[in-house]
Amino acid sequence: MKLLLLLIVLFPLLGFLVNGLGRNILGKRLIAWNACLWILGSFVLSVIAFMTVREEGAQVERYFDFIKVGKLTIPFAFQVDQLSIIFLLIITGVGFLIHVYSTSYMKDENASHYGRYFSFLNLFVFSMLILVMGANYVIMFIGWEGVGLCSYLLIGYWFKNNEYNKAANKAFIMNRIGDLAFLIALFWLIAKTDTVSFNELFSPGGLKNLTSTDFTVITLLLFVGATGKSAQIPLYTWLPDAMAGPTPVSALIHAATMVTAGIYMIARSNILYSQSAITMNIVAYVGLATALLAATIALKQNDIKKVLAYSTVSQLGFMFLALGTGAYAAAVFHVMTHAFFKALLFLGSGSVIHAMGGEQDIRNMGGLRKKLPTTYFTFLIGCIAIAGIPPLSGFFSKDAILLSAYGHEKFGMVLYGIALFTAMLTAFYMFRLLFITFTGKFRGTAEQEHHLHESPPAMTIPLVILAVLSVIGGFVGIPELFMHGGDKITAFLTPVISGTGQHNVSRSTEYILMGLSTGLMIVMIIFAWFKFRNYQRTEAVGLGKVLENKWYVDELYEKIIVNPLDKVGSFFNSFFERSVVDGLVNGVGKLVHYGSRQLRLLQSGQVGSYILLMVLSMVVIFVLQFFLKK
Amino acid sequence: MPINYYIFLSIALFCIGIVGVLTRRNAIIIFMCIELMLNAVNLLLVAFSKMHHLKMAAVNATAGTDGQLFVFFIMVVAAAEVSVGLAIIVMMYRNIHSVDVNFLNRLKH
Repeated sequence: MKLLLLLIVLFPLLGFLVNGLGRNILGKRLIAWNACLWILGSFVLSVIAFMTVREEGAQVERYFDFIKVGKLTIPFAFQVDQLSIIFLLIITGVGFLIHVYSTSYMKDENASHYGRYFSFLNLFVFSMLILVMGANYVIMFIGWEGVGLCSYLLIGYWFKNNEYNKAANKAFIMNRIGDLAFLIALFWLIAKTDTVSFNELFSPGGLKNLTSTDFTVITLLLFVGATGKSAQIPLYTWLPDAMAGPTPVSALIHAATMVTAGIYMIARSNILYSQSAITMNIVAYVGLATALLAATIALKQNDIKKVLAYSTVSQLGFMFLALGTGAYAAAVFHVMTHAFFKALLFLGSGSVIHAMGGEQDIRNMGGLRKKLPTTYFTFLIGCIAIAGIPPLSGFFSKDAILLSAYGHEKFGMVLYGIALFTAMLTAFYMFRLLFITFTGKFRGTAEQEHHLHESPPAMTIPLVILAVLSVIGGFVGIPELFMHGGDKITAFLTPVISGTGQHNVSRSTEYILMGLSTGLMIVMIIFAWFKFRNYQRTEAVGLGKVLENKWYVDELYEKIIVNPLDKVGSFFNSFFERSVVDGLVNGVGKLVHYGSRQLRLLQSGQVGSYILLMVLSMVVIFVLQFFLKK
Repeated sequence: MPINYYIFLSIALFCIGIVGVLTRRNAIIIFMCIELMLNAVNLLLVAFSKMHHLKMAAVNATAGTDGQLFVFFIMVVAAAEVSVGLAIIVMMYRNIHSVDVNFLNRLKH
């Protein structure tokens, strides 16, 4: 097991090194094989690890002492248990499909850039694996930083475009804000408990030194870290901009894996979170607010990837809602199903963009159904899944979340209402996207129409696999209602997660809620069908314009944060830097110059004066010694 | 004789040496003054060595001899130094026809 876990992590790293160092030597075909096979190897080993975990429970393997200071010892150790194995399978499995897809999607790049792309992709998978396999918060933080770095590298992959570089910077800086909070939480934890290992912390008595204030502050800080990585209010704006990267990157980083790091971290720290009701409520409210806000923005976006990006933010909001209402297993379940259908949707949009020759504006598409049948069909499945129509995977996970919101002891009805409304919006904007893109008449140029074609098998096969997973992925979490012992995922996660799924909702209520949500989703889809099947380009006005401009949040941030910082920066540049810092540095230089000019006069060349100085200083030393002795 | 006398004598010799070095310009005289300072120290060493020996002879038969050994070292070094120094002075006289040290400030420029 020790070697196995190490290999799972090392394979992508090897792929990164080989591709990164050999990108000018290896051919494109070799690079593609190299990148994919390492990830496939990782996936196979993860499956083996999954078998072991299912039979023998959690495994912790310790390799060496990473940091040893005083009472604090931080081992370099990996932990694979029920929670992290699910993430392992998602990361390596979906990651592998995305790698395969990329081999074809990126084929127009030259070999050197191709190698760079795949080495970053492998490095990303490596960081993500470190993140979920780390047996303590410090190792987790290494991966946490690693995915931040890789997202920066991949978003800015087309580094010649300055806008893309800015988007990469934005993602990196926003993440840094969250990372800082994560670090502070970490130090706080170390100061209070002298350990960061999950095993020791979460064993009985591991948290006895913490007061309720400590719990609240630590969990809140960790949550701020999670809002950065998982794109929640107020740090969500980086994710839609991160669509600057190649589409498979969006699928890998910004849908399936990286953004779920925050969910993973909170689910991992569920014992901490359960101790602080305040934090739990904040998490739930922030999650819900994000879900609603992002869903409204997605209603009016015209960039195919932007719609999906906001839908990702919105779905992440749902996951945080689940975390905040204590349904950790439901959140993890939604992470899994979301990874399937969101990767599917992103890859599908990549296929559309590929066919359109780089066009991303859905107003210029339309009627692609006949030209791209496979893409259309898989995209349709993805849309149904995310909208939450039974029996596709999204239904089960979303239903579990809605139910947990309903079970909230104080504002159950309100939370449920808003969440349901958001889910309706989700169904609406996803089908708006689908209908505008795939039905009606083609609205692009004649040249684009001529160029339209279905994507090669390397792209469609991953789509089909993901579509199948999107359909059947939900069956691991069928509610108790339909099948006794059906909710396998919750049962599987029980050893890691405390107190899940205990909602006090009666069976009849559960039936009513389920029927209600399904009915409303279907209504929304039909509504979208009538509204958008023959889409005509119109200018947005009123509220629509506000939504199209994303509630002007970016502009607001620009005004209240970026501009003042800019002002402060330019003040420091013009005043502090020029007069204080430069003055200090130049002053030191001038002082030395002047001083040496004066001291030079002592060097008269007269032997007598030297000797006189020598004697005088000796006398002074003797006198001083005489007095100082006492 | 009390040790004080020796101390006073060697202080007097040493001070004469210093003043000579500081005030005179003739290299040979400066040289002689340096010798004077060395010998003042020699005198002091011998005096202390003798005093120490008288006090500690019962305990240690060789007590104080190291002071006298030092004197020999200083004498040897002084002799070597004299030979080098005088050679320098001779060279100096050959070059500038003077033994005035104040002329020897060429290194400055």
